[in-house]
Amino acid sequence: MNLDPYLKEALLARLTALADDEVVLAQRLSEWVGHAPILEEDIAIANLAQDELGHAKMWLELRGELDGSDPDRLVFLRDPLEYQNAVLVELPKGDWAFTMVRQYLFDAYEEMWLKEAQKSAYAPLAEAAARAHREERFHLKHSALWVERLAQGTEESHRRAQEALETLFPYARQLFQPLPGEEALVEAGLVPEPKALEGAYLEAVGGFLRRVGLRPPEGGYVPKSRQEHTEYLWSLLAEMQSVARWDPEAKAW
Amino acid sequence: MVRLRIGYPEDPDYGERLQEFEARIARGEKIEPGDWMPAEYRRQLVRMISQHAHSEWVGMLPEGAWIPRAPSLRRKLILLAKVQDEAGHGQYLYHAAETLGVTREEMVAALLEGRAKYSNIFNYPTLTWADVGIIGWLVDGMAIKNQTMLAQCSYGPYSRAMVRICAEETFHHKQGKEAVLLYAKGSPKQRRMVQDALNRWWWPTLMMAGPHDSDSPHTPLLLRWGIKTKTNDQIRQEFLNEHVPELLEAGLVPPDPQLRYDEKTGNWVHGPIPWDEFWKVISGEGPMNRHRLEARRKAHEEGRWVREALEAYGRRQLAQAAD
Repeated sequence: MNLDPYLKEALLARLTALADDEVVLAQRLSEWVGHAPILEEDIAIANLAQDELGHAKMWLELRGELDGSDPDRLVFLRDPLEYQNAVLVELPKGDWAFTMVRQYLFDAYEEMWLKEAQKSAYAPLAEAAARAHREERFHLKHSALWVERLAQGTEESHRRAQEALETLFPYARQLFQPLPGEEALVEAGLVPEPKALEGAYLEAVGGFLRRVGLRPPEGGYVPKSRQEHTEYLWSLLAEMQSVARWDPEAKAW
Repeated sequence: MVRLRIGYPEDPDYGERLQEFEARIARGEKIEPGDWMPAEYRRQLVRMISQHAHSEWVGMLPEGAWIPRAPSLRRKLILLAKVQDEAGHGQYLYHAAETLGVTREEMVAALLEGRAKYSNIFNYPTLTWADVGIIGWLVDGMAIKNQTMLAQCSYGPYSRAMVRICAEETFHHKQGKEAVLLYAKGSPKQRRMVQDALNRWWWPTLMMAGPHDSDSPHTPLLLRWGIKTKTNDQIRQEFLNEHVPELLEAGLVPPDPQLRYDEKTGNWVHGPIPWDEFWKVISGEGPMNRHRLEARRKAHEEGRWVREALEAYGRRQLAQAAD
């Protein structure tokens, strides 16, 4: 498929945003490895982090096919201001309720996006989405079950899950903001229409949360673009890039 | 849970049963959870398997610290998979120990209260990224020697857990070696980093095989009952003979001026091992002992409300199913 330069630019931006969400979320997940509340969840969370990172690699390889960029350089040497991740995934890991509510909100979005993206007119994207979608269905099952258990467990777990939801829910809405130039991509049938997905998402996720006894909050601050970040991103990236940046002479890691 | 059949020396039929038991082991049969076994056999196995499980669980910490800093997507994926395997090994091993009538909760409590041991190697810190490579190649290399031996163990569940674990450890070993060899031929900073890591991990790795046979009082009984099939010194020798030539070939130098090849025996012979340090670290005076246990306790305490929620949810589900 031949992409005109304008579409190509917009597709690069979408692929970067997809990859950055996964990289940053995988980073937060990997902070749990070795410190989870039960051994079985050490296993699960290491698996989630691998899958998310695997998706990031896949999106960056698609990007590389379009502009010749190197995935490792993009992840490990790119400046924080150029990261295009949503705020939802960069917030510190918090407690287990925060981590699982965030994971649920993200998984539900990703599962929907990937399901629609399998219809993309850009075949490499459609194929990648189909591969990732198989894994994402398991992620969603896992995180939804945790949200249900915490919501219906003890008073304390319910309180913690509700508090996490109050903080996180508005940020989930940022995931559906169109990127600059994205209307043209949607028009050309290359990516799903974010605003249409948002309606379906709010209905499905809101319904699930209420069914398990949680109240999605009204309002709250929704970042207006993916240039917006919190103070937490810099230190997350500083740690992640610390070894790769430590030796500029190193040719390979 | 299987009903255990445990024999004590004061039982009237102990002598006869012990003879049958030892004959089975001599024939190479596996002892299974419901089979008769001497109390001392069970005690040694619970001690060894639970220590081994704790080692996996504590062992996630030194390498896990470097997952967020791994310098490429590939290395990060590999390290995540490796630490995930360690959690999985901990899980099989806790299950294997449970077949001897001890619960995971009891074993975890013994660790957190400082009553149980774990491998001494994890009481050293990981100071640089090269430590991850050296741990994979050398520390896991030594662990594989021990675990390959334990895969022949007379106790069925432990032996079968070891077969699975060894298959995964082989991959850990390979990735560590590959990284170390790359850095040994890399930039000046990479080369310095990897030699420094070797200097720090060399002696603790050799000590992993345990005290010399002459200082290892359990060994004869463990060998007779097929719990172990090789001595500590045999394991250490196998490790040296495999790894020393490869390290030297890569241009890396183990920090032992007396290390030499013995033409007569075909063995690599090491200089004196600093056992004083070993005994100090094992008794709690190592650089990271407090930190490792504190990290385990902290995760355990912070996870308490989560485990309570799981239980409460489970009870509610059961009650609803009964209605």
